[in-house]
Amino acid sequence: MNDNPHMEIDFHDIVTDPNLSRREFLKALGGGIFIFFCIGDSSVLEAQRRGGRGYPEDFNAYLRVGPDGRVTCFTGKIEQGQGAITSLPQMLADEMDISPDMVDMVMGDTAQCPWDMGTFGSMTIRFFGPPLRAAGAEARKVLIELAAEQLQVPQDRLAVENGVVFDKQNKDKKITYADLAKGKIIERHAKEKPPVKDPSAFKVINKPFLHRDAQEKVTGKAKYAGDMRLPDMLYAKVLRPPAHGAKLKRVDTSAAEKMDGVSVVRDGDFVVVLHKSPDQAVAALAKIDSEFEVPPATVDDQTIFEHLLKNAGRENTTAQGGQLEEGEKLSEIVIEQMYLDGYKAHAAIETHTALAQVEGNKATVWASTQTPFPLKDQVASALGFKPEDVRVITPFVGGGFGGKSANQQAVEAARLAKATGKPVQVMWSREEEFFYDTFRPAAVVKIKSGITKAGKATLWDYHVYFAGDRGAAQFYDIPHHRTSSVGGGFGGGPSVHPFATGAWRAPANNTNSFARESQIDIMAARAKMDPVEFRLKNLRDERPIRTLKAAAEKFGWKPAPSPSGRGLGVAVGIDSDTFVAEIAEVEVDKRTGKVRVRRIVCAQDMGLAINPAGATIQIEGCITMGLGYALTEDIRFKGGMILDRNFDTYELPRFSSLPKIETVILDLPNEPAHGGGEPAIITMGAVIANAIHDATGARMLQLPMTPDRVRKAIAAMA
Amino acid sequence: MAETIGFTLNGKPVTITTDGQRPLLWVLRTDFGLTGTKFGCGQAVCGACTVLVDNKAVRSCNHPVRNVAGKQVRTIEGLSSNGDLHPLQKAFVEHDALQCGFCTPGMILTAYSLLQQNPQPTREEVIAGMNENLCRCGAHTRIIDAIQDAATQMKGGKA
Repeated sequence: MNDNPHMEIDFHDIVTDPNLSRREFLKALGGGIFIFFCIGDSSVLEAQRRGGRGYPEDFNAYLRVGPDGRVTCFTGKIEQGQGAITSLPQMLADEMDISPDMVDMVMGDTAQCPWDMGTFGSMTIRFFGPPLRAAGAEARKVLIELAAEQLQVPQDRLAVENGVVFDKQNKDKKITYADLAKGKIIERHAKEKPPVKDPSAFKVINKPFLHRDAQEKVTGKAKYAGDMRLPDMLYAKVLRPPAHGAKLKRVDTSAAEKMDGVSVVRDGDFVVVLHKSPDQAVAALAKIDSEFEVPPATVDDQTIFEHLLKNAGRENTTAQGGQLEEGEKLSEIVIEQMYLDGYKAHAAIETHTALAQVEGNKATVWASTQTPFPLKDQVASALGFKPEDVRVITPFVGGGFGGKSANQQAVEAARLAKATGKPVQVMWSREEEFFYDTFRPAAVVKIKSGITKAGKATLWDYHVYFAGDRGAAQFYDIPHHRTSSVGGGFGGGPSVHPFATGAWRAPANNTNSFARESQIDIMAARAKMDPVEFRLKNLRDERPIRTLKAAAEKFGWKPAPSPSGRGLGVAVGIDSDTFVAEIAEVEVDKRTGKVRVRRIVCAQDMGLAINPAGATIQIEGCITMGLGYALTEDIRFKGGMILDRNFDTYELPRFSSLPKIETVILDLPNEPAHGGGEPAIITMGAVIANAIHDATGARMLQLPMTPDRVRKAIAAMA
Repeated sequence: MAETIGFTLNGKPVTITTDGQRPLLWVLRTDFGLTGTKFGCGQAVCGACTVLVDNKAVRSCNHPVRNVAGKQVRTIEGLSSNGDLHPLQKAFVEHDALQCGFCTPGMILTAYSLLQQNPQPTREEVIAGMNENLCRCGAHTRIIDAIQDAATQMKGGKA
């Protein structure tokens, strides 16, 4: 993740009042037992130390056992539907011998939680989980020590059940966590790794739990950024250009200003109308008379791939082995192919929203964001405030998928709150959402690969242009191979793309897995081998082998070389340390080119699944979202003008698009927990492309595989 | 032009003096503080803003408040009674039929309207009835299961 902009280190001091000592701060929190701990990458903390601001030196999350016996976990991670609010308490519950109901989560509040870079990359469970479990174990250790003292019983004779410590020899001798924490201020650091529970002792971890935020969400009580209300707040609508790169030539706001209750803020090209009703702000915006100069379009969704290849700069070799020339000599069949992928929108149903309040030189911002801490610094910088005078609060986020990290709307709200002296909400319209989205980048992949007639892979020369390199490296047993990438981790920048691009659920890996697994499928077909058998023959790593076997078994796979006419496809991939194998069954209407996905079986090797129910839901979500980029989703544009601006033309997957979904999570409780929020989406392009080939013999080389493209590919064979 | 509009909101009579052209969505969210109804697209193509008007699902983002004069409006906040979840709400919880939860109120109210018209829909009928509601997290299969389960529960006289 070194290319992630949010790794740029700036951090937060949880002691917002510099005159307050740590101890006074803990007292102000109501006392109790505090366990501080670090998340994952120690280089992050090292960089913070070098930043010279002193805090946090030794932790970036903590938990508290309060005098009521409840355990509160303070973390900069946020809840966007991925289920961390459910799975994180499960981990604490087992380590502390309490029920998950005794755990409260305080998430994404920069005044209460220590610095965190953000919630993305399927990292919460992987990197936050282990130290959280260690902190829970440390908390339990402290509580046992206190109980031993209070009960006058040696520690090794004590056991805990549901937050009550008791003497194993005399169950009446007991004391609750609440009584132990009462009147205490104890501070510990979970630096040394205390022993955590063995999987055989799990009561809560690795057991299915329902979403614990569901009750609030089905009753409408759950608050999102747009649901925050403050007295005298105003709703803002910002004048937007018709195209990226357009310049404001002339603007007349007089008609809007005449409207009852409308105020106008103008700061250069930032022209805004505000009203106490959001719909009246919309009406006022329509009254603004403006003229923009739109630069001539030099690229559109048809010419973009040519443009990308023309702008391809230096390649970086990210993986290699053997000698390509040698591989070519060994190859009896050589296949060269080019794969294309267009821009995709994140399209969370909640649009970017924020409410900001500025009082004196302090600002508070409630935002739909995946990155509250980076946002804090963005706001501070935009307002000229000190970072410690800005607080970001993250309510529930209505879907992120990597798209809620840029925070433009929140900075706009903060600027307007400062300018008007009133709380201001900015809630983007769907059209603004599409316009300012940080799209998944359009990309090209070129592959030259070779096999022997017996179906042994001999050559792999892989070049990805502008998708990014996540998932680019192949994992097959190919003696002569090279992988190279142009455009870095997130696929180039504004010099290449006509608008913003960024991380989109499993960044780069969707494009890379589409290309790789399509190519592998071509190789299998050319070797006249069954695609599952071909993969197994050319894999050596045990993890993809067992994952693929699990999927094939669940599916009831019967070997046949493709095209078999059955409409079955297979694809394997890795993301966030998790291997995924998918098998699809499709029906293709050869006349219209319409593809109907009937069934998807997905097997996942994700190590320890903290909440298998939550992990299953993430797989289902990935498969469903993946149907969109595979079949229908594509941003059409002309220069900086985005032509798809709402769901009327940008087609998301719907109820009627859904296949039967079956999932297998390999039972691996003794292995570390790997990522679960993204892996199952990466193979959706290839698995459907391969199934289309199996049904029709037509090879789809471009995403999405729209009816028009499928029809043309079928026609091209004749 | 301001006009006075009276209607029943979650079982209680209300009046509001406002421009009758204003979309019902913003009147509910802003004037009545009922933020359970969500904005998703503003063009009635996603369903996040769905409310019930006389027990029928209506997209409130482009529905003038004037059009609900004299009618019964129900939002997600008015679905449970005396703190008891409606069978649909309960089924959504039990089937884990949501992730981020942003489309959920619109899903539940669309389903409510569907079950009013067709108390025992087939799976295909549920899909057809819900097809214009969008969910980006991919809870679809679970939503279908939840609706069918709720239909069974409601037929059992529990609603």
